[in-house]
Amino acid sequence: MRFFLQMLLPRRWAPGIADAEDLRRYRRIWWYTVTLTLFVSIAPLLIMTGVNHYLFRKTVKAEVRYDISRTLGNIARSLQFVIEERLSALQLLVHEHDQAELSDHDRLTRTFQNLKQSFGGFVDLGVIDVNGNQDYYTGPYNLEHVNYSDQDWFHEVTLRGVYVSDVFMGFRQFPHFVIAVKRETGGRSYFVLRATVDMELLNRLILAPGLGRAGEAFIVNRAGIMQTASRSHGNLLGPCTIPVPPYAANPQVVEDYDERGGSFVLGYIYIEHTPFVLMVIEKRLDLVQEWLKTRTELFVFLLASLVLIHIVVFWSSTAMVRHIRAADRRRAQVMHNAEYTNKMATIGRLAASVAHEINNPLAIINEKAGFLQDLISVTEDFPRREKTGAAVTSILKSVERCSAVTHRLLGFTRKLEVRTEHIFLPRLLLEVMSFLDKEALHRNIEVQTQFAADAPAIESDRGQLQQVFLNIINNAFAAVQDGGRIELGVAPAGDDRVKVTIRDDGTGIRPEDLKHIFEPFFSTKGEFGTGLGLSITYNLVQKLGGHIEVESEYGQGACFTVVLPVKRPALAE
Amino acid sequence: MAAFRILLIDDEEELITTLVDRLEFRGLAAEAVTSGSAALARLREESFDAVVADLKMPGMSGTEVLDRIRREHPDIRVLLITGHGSGQEETPEILDGTYAILLKPFSIDALLEKLGVGQDG
Repeated sequence: MRFFLQMLLPRRWAPGIADAEDLRRYRRIWWYTVTLTLFVSIAPLLIMTGVNHYLFRKTVKAEVRYDISRTLGNIARSLQFVIEERLSALQLLVHEHDQAELSDHDRLTRTFQNLKQSFGGFVDLGVIDVNGNQDYYTGPYNLEHVNYSDQDWFHEVTLRGVYVSDVFMGFRQFPHFVIAVKRETGGRSYFVLRATVDMELLNRLILAPGLGRAGEAFIVNRAGIMQTASRSHGNLLGPCTIPVPPYAANPQVVEDYDERGGSFVLGYIYIEHTPFVLMVIEKRLDLVQEWLKTRTELFVFLLASLVLIHIVVFWSSTAMVRHIRAADRRRAQVMHNAEYTNKMATIGRLAASVAHEINNPLAIINEKAGFLQDLISVTEDFPRREKTGAAVTSILKSVERCSAVTHRLLGFTRKLEVRTEHIFLPRLLLEVMSFLDKEALHRNIEVQTQFAADAPAIESDRGQLQQVFLNIINNAFAAVQDGGRIELGVAPAGDDRVKVTIRDDGTGIRPEDLKHIFEPFFSTKGEFGTGLGLSITYNLVQKLGGHIEVESEYGQGACFTVVLPVKRPALAE
Repeated sequence: MAAFRILLIDDEEELITTLVDRLEFRGLAAEAVTSGSAALARLREESFDAVVADLKMPGMSGTEVLDRIRREHPDIRVLLITGHGSGQEETPEILDGTYAILLKPFSIDALLEKLGVGQDG
């Protein structure tokens, strides 16, 4: 997990490597990249998901509306048919038989039995005279001679000829409704055939398949009283929770909101010749199964995409910033190297020209003093001969010392010319040491040498080797206390290599620093070091085809080993 | 037998005039000129046994003088002197013994030794 996070987020930069300004720059690059990439990847995704969401919701809504409209039509047709069928049967009955035939109880019972068998749903049948008296009755109840003259339905049927009633419980104590037809018998005389129909007949029809779990169908009358039971919109014969919509003979689908703010889709139709309004309702779109499933899938997909995009963006941004930083560091190192080389070259040229300029007047001093010496030697009675002679000798000795210095300086700076020479390493080491003689003397540092007699001369670049060993020996001088000891060793290593060791008894190197010691910008000298010396040394040794190693125990001193090839590899510069 | 004749060439007049004096002390016939072209002109007029030339001079350089002498007077011994060396020069020419090189400042004995002239000569 920790590793995973390190892949995604930039590591804390090691202190001392990048300054605060650089740190801010890399952080800014990282933030820019992350923000911009996230934005361009996530914005289209969100827009697409939103559009998808909206379109799908619209489609589901349209589908729900279509379903409702179809179910509504089917049920309405069935209802219409069932009611019309019974109405027609009664009308046929009333017109085909005269009152006398229907007034015979046995015949009425037989006719009722036939009717029940053919159509079903009929509960009983009665014949009512002009005064509202039920003269004849056949059915499970004892309702003969009941008077209906003061009831609304009797007036209605008298007025219109046919009548279908609301649902009611009546004497029978179960929901039913009445179908009544009138027969004119000449003059002002008429009689009415009245049949009750069990509501169960209609209940069966409205329990239609094809509605979702949240949907249902029910019937209300025009006054808003439930004619069938409903799960959630009112009890049988109680008020309906949904207000009765305006009249429509064709299926209507409307969208509305319930008191809790959930949207529902309502389909309704007024059933012809009846007080019934058929309603089909799909409650709350949010609960439609298909919609819910798809919406969940959509959000899971969105979430997974977001997580994936974040991982990829973070990972790639971090990798990119890391690469930029590595490239920057490489460039800085190369620039530092070039700068250092340039600086050394400039110092070298300067030293060479100074040495040259000094050598010429030195030669004149030398000759003049020599001439003086000549004069003294040929002149018999040279005044103060002894003293003058001593002075001249002293001048000549000083010239010699001066020329030793200038020659050494010239020899050292000759590294500017890159070329391969035969180099005898002990001699080269002594030459390098000669620069530090004074310091060694002053600080009472003991320098021991162990040069194997059989170490061969190697083919290499004198100047670069001088720089390598000067760097290492300088470090050794910095590490040892006054009165410390430095050992220089040269020994053959195998047939084709020579090993140079520089060992000191100084402070040594901390174990945790040991693996960084050759890295550029790594310095233990605090503000006094550039952190480049040993990295340049390392590169130079590599260039010369050799390798460098360091061993150290903290507090016990350090030992640098440089192994160089006897024959210079052809490819190395 | 005539004295050993040496021609000295260097733009540092002080140096060569003193050297001429010192060589003459030692019984040698020395002469000084301050440029390569003057030296070549002088060589055409008279014969010399050896030439001592500075490596770096304005106008004709020591190596150019050396080349010309090689061609025109192959039997003259040439010694180059320079203030610009470290004593580690190991060019093929030096190893061949075609010419010798001497670093400034040098002692008169070293000069005579390189020229192959004994103190007594």
